[in-house]
Amino acid sequence: MLLLDIDIAFIIEKLILATVILLGSLGVAMYATWGERKVAAVMQDRVGPNRAGPFGLLQPLADGGKLFFKEEIIPEGSTKFLFILGPGLAMLTACMTSAVIPWGPDFVTESGKVISLQVADINIGILFIFGVVSLGVYGVMLGGWASNNKFSLLSSIRAAAQAVSYELAFGIALVALLMMTGSLSMRDIVAQQHGFWADGYFTWNFFKQPLGFLIFLVCAFAELNRAPFDMAECESELNMGYHQEYSSMKLGFYLFAEYINLFISSAVIATLYFGGYNFPFMDAVSDAVGPLLFTLISVLVLLTKVICIILFFMFVRWTLPRFRYDQLMKLGWKSLIPLALVNMLITGIVILYALN
Amino acid sequence: MEKLTNRSVQVDRSPMTFGEKIYLPAIFKGLTITIGHIFKKNVTFKYPEQKRAFSPVFRGLHILNRDEEGRERCTACGLCALACPAEAITMEAAERKPGEEHLYREEKYAAKYEINMLRCIFCGYCEEACPKDAVYLSETLMPTHYSRKTMVYKKEDLLIPNPKNHGNQ
Repeated sequence: MLLLDIDIAFIIEKLILATVILLGSLGVAMYATWGERKVAAVMQDRVGPNRAGPFGLLQPLADGGKLFFKEEIIPEGSTKFLFILGPGLAMLTACMTSAVIPWGPDFVTESGKVISLQVADINIGILFIFGVVSLGVYGVMLGGWASNNKFSLLSSIRAAAQAVSYELAFGIALVALLMMTGSLSMRDIVAQQHGFWADGYFTWNFFKQPLGFLIFLVCAFAELNRAPFDMAECESELNMGYHQEYSSMKLGFYLFAEYINLFISSAVIATLYFGGYNFPFMDAVSDAVGPLLFTLISVLVLLTKVICIILFFMFVRWTLPRFRYDQLMKLGWKSLIPLALVNMLITGIVILYALN
Repeated sequence: MEKLTNRSVQVDRSPMTFGEKIYLPAIFKGLTITIGHIFKKNVTFKYPEQKRAFSPVFRGLHILNRDEEGRERCTACGLCALACPAEAITMEAAERKPGEEHLYREEKYAAKYEINMLRCIFCGYCEEACPKDAVYLSETLMPTHYSRKTMVYKKEDLLIPNPKNHGNQ
């Protein structure tokens, strides 16, 4: 029984944390749909959803309810198992990534117990995110293939090609960052960005890796299938892309997974490049307020950063037109990958000669 | 070729410069435009709560007018029906009986006056044709109906309430 001597309190703690994070990301994703429509409305000098509740705040609930009660249609020529698996997989992978993000600093209780605000502190946190994100392409692929519809198939092929192409630049941009941090653990990376200013330099990775950040951001747009890289959906060319044959909550899952991905990747960007839960003068704040309040402030800081990044994603979506498919591929292979390689080279040289 | 107007613009097909190729200045410019729209007033009328004033020439639903004493002005002369390009107006005339002077202004009145709103094109010719100032196009929007039958408006639907017993109703 010695091997199974697991701390029950630890399991309960992680279970509660995982539930809170899951529900939180679902909630943020729900209101991201509302936010997207409001942002679009503001940019086009419109009002946006304003009928359901004050400022249309109940709109996501109404949409969810509508999707639940819609008729469930499974096309006759579809591969039924894969057809149902597609949106499930998309949703699953979207929810999985939040596990390795540190949502706040460790909270030490009065009895000396340390509660970590990270579900799983695995030492390959970034690799885990990458693995799960590339698994997310399967959701799109399966959905497009199983629909037995040429538009869906075309769109899923596009989405897969796009994801594969941009993952390369994505990875190489990250390699440059990892060369600096020397760790794959999200926890370590955030800890290294403590505060805002230290030893005469900004601590946040954004200031150390501006080019890498830019490449990462562009690739994040592509990975999220968001405009200007929403090749997979492409309303004007492919109707609705891979979710054309989907109805009811299966469609809802696809759309919802997209917004969860948006939230999680914003959190990843905030963690990797904008210091996670760190904020200027955090040591002074930590001394001034109690540990509970400090943890709360830190979590709120992270959430603020995440929301700002989400808003940026939305601003870009409603500003830029969609890239053409060949332009997209050209940008990915001919611009971003060489740029990422150059960035990696420069980082390597700087680390080798300037810092040692 | 001779230009018809001086509005045509020659499309610039010269290859993109480096600044254009990296897209970022253009993206930034675009973002400043869209974000600038946050501070602009939107022009939306939130319809059911907030109604927009009609233009003075707006032609809505018809009404049949009464005079100051609450008597019907229409004498069933048929000029409106004649003027109607959509042939939407039907009427039947009747003679005023003694003792009905408080109901009808003149000796002849419309016993039946119907406007088929499915046919009406709201041109306002009936209003122009009327010599007795009886038919007017109001500022009410045409409501929707579930059946064709109710789209034919009877005299009771068109006639405005009697101003004399307005308080009693």
